[in-house]
Amino acid sequence: MKRKIKRSEIEEKIFKILMIVSLAIVLLSLIGIISVIVIKGFSALSWSMIFETPKGGYYLGKEGGIANAIVGSLYLAFGALILSLIVSIPLAFALQKDYLNKKIANLIRVLLDVLCGVPSIVYGAFAFIVMMHFMIRASLLGGIVTLALFMTPIMTRAMDESIRLVPAELKEASYSMGATRFETSFKIVLRQSLPGIATAVLIAFGRGIGDAASILFTAGYTDSIPTSLFSPVASLPLAIFFQIATPIAEVQRRAYASAFILLAIVLIVSIITRYLSSRFSRYNLS
Amino acid sequence: MTHTKLRKLKISYGDNHALKEINVDIPDKQITAIIGPSGCGKTTLLKSINRIIELSEGVKVRGEVLIDGANIYGKDADVLALRKKVGFLPQRPCPLPMSIYDNVAFGPRIHRLSEEQITKQLEKQKTNGLVKKEKSKKYQDYSKMDHLVEHYLKLAGLWDEVKDRLHSSASKLSIGQQQRLALARVLAIEPEVILADEPTSALDPLSAKLVEEQFKLLKKDYTIVIVTHILRQARRIADYVMFMYLGELIEHGPAEKFFNAPQKDKTKEYLSGEIS
Repeated sequence: MKRKIKRSEIEEKIFKILMIVSLAIVLLSLIGIISVIVIKGFSALSWSMIFETPKGGYYLGKEGGIANAIVGSLYLAFGALILSLIVSIPLAFALQKDYLNKKIANLIRVLLDVLCGVPSIVYGAFAFIVMMHFMIRASLLGGIVTLALFMTPIMTRAMDESIRLVPAELKEASYSMGATRFETSFKIVLRQSLPGIATAVLIAFGRGIGDAASILFTAGYTDSIPTSLFSPVASLPLAIFFQIATPIAEVQRRAYASAFILLAIVLIVSIITRYLSSRFSRYNLS
Repeated sequence: MTHTKLRKLKISYGDNHALKEINVDIPDKQITAIIGPSGCGKTTLLKSINRIIELSEGVKVRGEVLIDGANIYGKDADVLALRKKVGFLPQRPCPLPMSIYDNVAFGPRIHRLSEEQITKQLEKQKTNGLVKKEKSKKYQDYSKMDHLVEHYLKLAGLWDEVKDRLHSSASKLSIGQQQRLALARVLAIEPEVILADEPTSALDPLSAKLVEEQFKLLKKDYTIVIVTHILRQARRIADYVMFMYLGELIEHGPAEKFFNAPQKDKTKEYLSGEIS
């Protein structure tokens, strides 16, 4: 007897194809991005590119490197990361039902989600107005604060989601022994959600170090490595932007090499963070 | 005289009245079993005795729970001190995300016990004779906390299984071992009352038996209240029984009397298996 193909089987097939196609799109674009960066930029990559600051005529294809942008981006991203962490951890804990009632917490979550969706150029424009008002010029400090504003909602929401996954029984176990909310939050919940918190930090770091628009007006650009919080600072995204905008082929290749360096930094930070988080969460409930 | 008394205790979740006017005295240094069908307020009642119930959303408690004469729901009641006095053992063991050693030391550490307090606590423990004393050669470089951890792991009947891996992760233990670790953790805060919410329901029969036997030993020194829906378990270990049905305390009394000569029709129906 010939078997009739059932509707449910067709559904199953179609969905399977969709999943494979989506997976392929994501993987291929990732491979595409990396290969373009490597193919176009690798030839321009050199030690002097990493360790030297731009010499005169660098942007016309002469000697030098982008050490100013590498160091600048690290200063900006890590500075903003620390500021964001200081704000995000207490805020993410405050959103839990141990501290705030559900309605208020959910309202704050909506606001944070809106802030996550605000384009970074708007953060840049806002910070620029504030800095103008106080007569502060584009500087490392301005860039760090602006980036921190941009990163905090992203980091807080990602942390919040991972903290919310901590089983209620675990908190109950801690409270039932007479632990305070602070002890429960920092000795139990924080430990248990550490892998999620590490991911939150990584997402925010990645967004921060790769962002150009928010620091365009607030951090400025310079060919030297900043020596104080009040001097302007270069950054990798802007270095890529300036180099790719020239008509000189050699400089354009350097733009891709800069992108390669940016990618490498994110990768290294990501590996270190994952390693640390798995070390510290080896006691966690699975 | 009993230390723990429930007076006109009513608990509701929104419009749902989970407990309706509970009045009962819980006998000291005995095992009291709270029995009854699912969803009849057994766990709610249990959790009200150390105010863990307040962690649930929208819960409202009226009436009094008197421990040593003071209402634990009173305005100036110290909830942290209460929870140190009344320990809680959950249904599913939940090891804290740290080593076996740190799990046991967690309570004494958060309550900031000094070395003298630990010494005093251990001296007092020696008098109950629940843990056999033995000489060990390593003892001289033991810290006070090491002694405490060893003592309570022994008291919970877990020491021999974990003594060589105290600093490995608690979540790697089997579920039966995790439950005894949870017991050690509760015992280490030196409670007077231990509340246990179906403590053997997630365990295999052998581990369940170990936990039951540990309870029978511990009642010499602790007041134990256990929620169970296994009637046979109540028959095995309970000295006093409370039967809950749809939020009401139908009948309570000494185990022998309760099982052999139940007074109320509902109790008879439950014991005979007509309702479960």
